[in-house]
Amino acid sequence: MSSHEEHKLSFWRKYIFATDHKMIGIQYGLTALFFLFFGFCLVMIMRWQLAYPGTPIPFIGKFFGESRAPGGVMLPEFYDELGAMHGTIMVFLAIVPLGFAAFGNFVVPLQVGAPDMAFPRINMVSYQAYFIGGVIMLTSFFLPGGAASAGWTAYPPLADINPIGQTAWIVGMVFIITSSLLGGLNFIATVFQLRAPGMTFMRLPFFVWTELVTAFLLILAFPPLEAAAILQLLDRTLGTSFFLPSGLIVSGKPLEVSGGGSVLLWQHLFWFLGHPEVYVLILPGIGMVAEVLANNIRKPLFGYKAMVYSLLTIGFLSMIVWAHHMYLTGMGTAISAFFQTTTMIISIPSVIIITCYTISLWGAAIRFTVPMLFALAFIPMFAIGGLTGLPLGLSSPDIYLHDTYYVIAHFHYIVAPALLLAVFAGIYHWFPKITGRKMNTVLGHIHFWPTLILMNTTFMPMFIQGLAGVSRRLYDGGAQYAHAQGVLHLNVMISISSWFLALAQIPFIINFFWTLFAGKKVKSDNPWQATTLEWQTPTPPGHGNFAVVPVVYRGPYEYSVPGAKEDFTPQNQEHI
Amino acid sequence: MSSDMQDLKKEGRAYLFVFAALIIFTILTVTISKLHVALAVAIIVALAIAIFKGSLVVSFFMHFIHEKKIILWLMFCVFLFFMGMILSLYFGEYSIPHGAKYVP
Amino acid sequence: MDMPYIVKPREDTGLFNAKLGIWLFLSSEVMLFGALFSSYVVLRVGSVGWPHGASILSVPIGMFNTVVLITSSVTMVYAWLSLRAKKFGQFKMHLAFTILLALTFLVVKSFEYGAKFEHHLFPKTSAYLAIYFTLTGLHAIHVIGGIIVNSYFLFPGSKMWQTDPERFINRIEIAGLYWHFVDLVWIFLFPVLYLL
Repeated sequence: MSSHEEHKLSFWRKYIFATDHKMIGIQYGLTALFFLFFGFCLVMIMRWQLAYPGTPIPFIGKFFGESRAPGGVMLPEFYDELGAMHGTIMVFLAIVPLGFAAFGNFVVPLQVGAPDMAFPRINMVSYQAYFIGGVIMLTSFFLPGGAASAGWTAYPPLADINPIGQTAWIVGMVFIITSSLLGGLNFIATVFQLRAPGMTFMRLPFFVWTELVTAFLLILAFPPLEAAAILQLLDRTLGTSFFLPSGLIVSGKPLEVSGGGSVLLWQHLFWFLGHPEVYVLILPGIGMVAEVLANNIRKPLFGYKAMVYSLLTIGFLSMIVWAHHMYLTGMGTAISAFFQTTTMIISIPSVIIITCYTISLWGAAIRFTVPMLFALAFIPMFAIGGLTGLPLGLSSPDIYLHDTYYVIAHFHYIVAPALLLAVFAGIYHWFPKITGRKMNTVLGHIHFWPTLILMNTTFMPMFIQGLAGVSRRLYDGGAQYAHAQGVLHLNVMISISSWFLALAQIPFIINFFWTLFAGKKVKSDNPWQATTLEWQTPTPPGHGNFAVVPVVYRGPYEYSVPGAKEDFTPQNQEHI
Repeated sequence: MSSDMQDLKKEGRAYLFVFAALIIFTILTVTISKLHVALAVAIIVALAIAIFKGSLVVSFFMHFIHEKKIILWLMFCVFLFFMGMILSLYFGEYSIPHGAKYVP
Repeated sequence: MDMPYIVKPREDTGLFNAKLGIWLFLSSEVMLFGALFSSYVVLRVGSVGWPHGASILSVPIGMFNTVVLITSSVTMVYAWLSLRAKKFGQFKMHLAFTILLALTFLVVKSFEYGAKFEHHLFPKTSAYLAIYFTLTGLHAIHVIGGIIVNSYFLFPGSKMWQTDPERFINRIEIAGLYWHFVDLVWIFLFPVLYLL
């Protein structure tokens, strides 16, 4: 594909069956944002039940039908369905496609100086597989018995015997996993093979590094879940007993299967993916924050090498910590000690990265742009999320905290406050390159401050509930337990906070679409005065990205180089 | 990879040697399996032969030994993960206290 | 800007793009089959009694199939060698043999499965049979995939030999790497399921 053959592509080839990484990035982004919104709606409905258990859901209650909410009052089965699909959709259909695929696709080839991803047609198939997986997940709501309701973790035996929605979940997951595998290998091949001349690994923008490590995690960690999904599918359709132990009794009757299976087998296979998966969720966010921070402190990021080595360590260690999700399964002390040790160790490189971010601020001429606000807020939010993980990583306190709201608060702090703030930073930051228009600053502030505050008021009280012993996945929020009575009132506060958090996104949605169609066009191709290669292209970049192969002469964050005319020196600029 | 006829002929012959080795070790592994040995020994021997045959396929048919060092290391790491995953499940799953019996 | 390293390898990695791509894909396949092998270990260690493979499966048939696949691996690599020697006719012959041997493998496998079903031995009958059918079934699906890809290269795809011979040689190399992997999995499957 030569850039001087600007042949006119048909509507279908340009927008629907796109092979250009920029268009695919946009496809991923818009689809993922839709799923993010949908997943958020699911939990907002759940929050009504948690705040006011047993009362009819207002306005929309009557639309859920008798099987889900008779008289508008949520049934426990409906609660479980919402919970399982909220988790599944958020993790697999919203966050990974948004953080890894959307931004990765648009930005990474540009940042390494490539004309496109290494395999553009596989890139297209990767998006289509994701799309189909998403459609399957959505249509599963309409199956008899509803969508999957055994948690996003789909533990057997329950998942083995649940209604057909669970089978749809499995099929959807196979498509989603295929998408991730194809996407992952595309990214790795792109970074290894298509770096521009002079772009050594240690000159890569940190975002590219995070995408590279994430891609490796995807291709190595997802296949065991694919295997597990196949086994669960066979259990559900062919009557095998991979996960069904002998002597299981369901509804008073013994299950007529051969038995001999292991429920723990599922848990091991699931969490072998599940743990790297959470790093897949956060690493692209960490990378985006690095880009925004570097750009707005107008000086090089502190400790680039330390951050890279920390990142590689996180990637490696994340593959050997998975059983910290399984401390309460009766595993022996030796194995418990092993996973506890690796889990504690993995916190160190994360701290190194956050420390480098913080030290980078010292002595910086900080530009408080809207993306910078979000990037700065990421640091304490990620710190809270990370630190609260430590008691969970130690097997003794985890005995008390496992499967409580403490866990929910911990991981939501990482994906909801921390990661979403990072994603917003990325959107505000790269919007001008993608669309040629800058998002409105006032609306950006109106979006930022309430979002930051409400994210905390939503998730902080959950720690208190968890410490009181309130279990997760309870459809009444703990109302029938004595130990929960003292913290039940917090459910109201959390729910109201979450609904206001939804409202706080309206300025963002307005800003996003209004700027898209009628926003002020940027006058420069590099409105943020950034050093990385994606800003040294036309806006938006044309087919093939670079008219001539760029040559890289310097590192990614050469801001305020002594003796330079400007306070930034692009990577492809030879002399200061 | 060279396309000189002499080199290609040599390469072709090398593949025949590998083929012969694979067949011989296949016969070997089947023969050994017919002997009455303890299960642990049978597993170790069978796996050792399989790993040897596999490395012949990877090194020669997939011409892995001709690749760059870093790629060899990458795949070696994958192999380690593969073995580690299997072994850890074996050792980790059933660490029962001494004296207790596993009752299914 | 054109896409580089489709045909000529990049100097520092020593690879052309598709070769790195296929190795990454094969790494993920190693993890997939590895997970299934791990499941085999867990199921077997946790079982009350596990049958000796030879008591349920036919070792001679399994050994025959092993030899068939190994031979098909040799013919596949010879197909690639023939192209590099610019002997297109020989390439077609070797690739055709590879496909025929693969089909032979599948035919034998289907007889094996058929025999099991006739004796009312299904995946749901026992943990051993469940994992046997799953492992060999998934492997067979990969064999079918390989047959499809190789057939494409034998018939419509071989036109690229006229237009872009170097790129075609690369494609056959990639197809070969995939096919050798399929053989590699069987090299492990055979002893584990039939001999232990």
